[in-house]
Amino acid sequence: MNKLMTAADVVGQLRDGMTIGFGGWGPRRKPMAIVREILRSDVKDLTVVAYGGPEVGMLCAAGKVKKLIFGFATMDAIPLEPYFRKARQAGELNVMELDEGLFQWGLKAAAMRLPFLPARAGLATDVLTHNPELRTIASPYADGEVLLAMPALNLDVAFVHVNRADRLGNTLITGNDVYFDQHFARAAERCYVSAEEVEDKLELDAETARFNTFERSLVSGVVHAPLGAHPTACGPAYGWDMQHLKAYSDSAAQDDGWQQYAETHVNCSDAEYLERNGGAERISQLPMPIF
Amino acid sequence: MSKPEFSLAELMIVAASEAWRNNGEWLASGLGIIPRLGASLAKVSHSPELLMTDSEAFLVEEPVPVGPRGDYQPKYAGYMPFERIFDCVWHGRRHAMVGPTQIDRWAQTNLSVVGDYHKPKVAMLGVRGLPGNSINHRNSFFVPNHNSRVFVAGEVDMVSGVGFKPERWGPGMRRDLMSIGVAVTDLCVMDWNGPDNAPRVVSLHPGVDFELVQERTGFPLLKVDNLGETPHPTAEQLAAIARLDPHNLRSKQLNGNPAGIRTAEELRA
Repeated sequence: MNKLMTAADVVGQLRDGMTIGFGGWGPRRKPMAIVREILRSDVKDLTVVAYGGPEVGMLCAAGKVKKLIFGFATMDAIPLEPYFRKARQAGELNVMELDEGLFQWGLKAAAMRLPFLPARAGLATDVLTHNPELRTIASPYADGEVLLAMPALNLDVAFVHVNRADRLGNTLITGNDVYFDQHFARAAERCYVSAEEVEDKLELDAETARFNTFERSLVSGVVHAPLGAHPTACGPAYGWDMQHLKAYSDSAAQDDGWQQYAETHVNCSDAEYLERNGGAERISQLPMPIF
Repeated sequence: MSKPEFSLAELMIVAASEAWRNNGEWLASGLGIIPRLGASLAKVSHSPELLMTDSEAFLVEEPVPVGPRGDYQPKYAGYMPFERIFDCVWHGRRHAMVGPTQIDRWAQTNLSVVGDYHKPKVAMLGVRGLPGNSINHRNSFFVPNHNSRVFVAGEVDMVSGVGFKPERWGPGMRRDLMSIGVAVTDLCVMDWNGPDNAPRVVSLHPGVDFELVQERTGFPLLKVDNLGETPHPTAEQLAAIARLDPHNLRSKQLNGNPAGIRTAEELRA
């Protein structure tokens, strides 16, 4: 069994109109090498599902997004994602805006093959007003409480970036927080992981094996992508690249800002990308953010 | 002993810390430097029973000082990644202090957009955790610039966090799990404990009068009986704040880092 693929192989599987989930959280452990491959492809009309970081802005800027299902889009230290904001304010973006926990509930419902999971989050807010497809349901028990029925967020494809993987699809996420990647993997028809390191077969001690958060049977393909989360953080290996994120953010103020950004950072090989960002050594030494 | 001098930021940190008094073993989450220092001050002074994180993924019994840590090593006591935060939120033993873009008379909040939802004038972060936080546990607000663009005249543009507006609640929905603490602003401390949860001014910062607060608020305010001044920080509190904020990040949180005691002229400038 060998699930090793190239980013181009993986992105070649995508079709127009698919619903695609991205793991990670804001500017943290986003599968950016895959995102750049999508940006170089012809695929379009995507429904993007994410705890959004720069991948959301970039896909919006490149005109790939038909609909965004999200709880937020932010780069943390730069709170407002510039191209998300631009698309949103232009009235171009069809959105399903959800509470962060409700979003997780949608992934979990899909992961458990349920049509919905009940929740209170979202009731009595405009999350209901602006998402007319969200319905409420009365508890069938004596309490009769009315709850929001969060529909399953079924994904065609999920992309997750991990620290270590093997050719079989076993994965380790060794940063301080695994976020919700296990739910993305389980909510998707197919999940592709990109990994900092890929080995033939993981052979681990018990302590290390606990960093595995979802089983390889959920993994359709493995892409070797060293520093593949850049410019987002990939703890404990490297932090986010604030210099890059700031330049990306500033580019949105110019008319051809996205074109210039894409020319420099998207329309190039992986080797050129690293070179243009100070080289692998610089990126691998980016300090972890202090919270 | 002479009375200590203090900044407005320090006064607000002390006022914020009071929000977490007598909460019990709740998770105290202060979002932003001043609320986080308020929560940290509460834990190191009057409410050591509070739970707190390092603002990333771990529980700590000793609040982690803000900013670059130098030699300081956080002392972890447990684990609290995002997924467990949601578990904790929905279970209800949490009190967050957040900084919404808009707040209305019903304590409803907005962090999503200003203007029309489909083509907003300003798109912010998105609703984030406000819907789930607000319906499940207590929330307080931090407002660094008290004005009627924050405290809006009508309803907030996109209701992200729930409040006390009856029309927003359908039959059968549980409203008893929500709870509003206080709003700590650069002018005053407010709560929503008036008749029918009407907003009230609880204390005024030094030099501020009720009329000024009302002028800069988009909705009518009540005042508590014996409306007094927000307590000044004590020397002990100031020393604790300095330990929790060794790089003086608090001095960069409010425009011009105003003094804690302002004259009426300064306030109306």
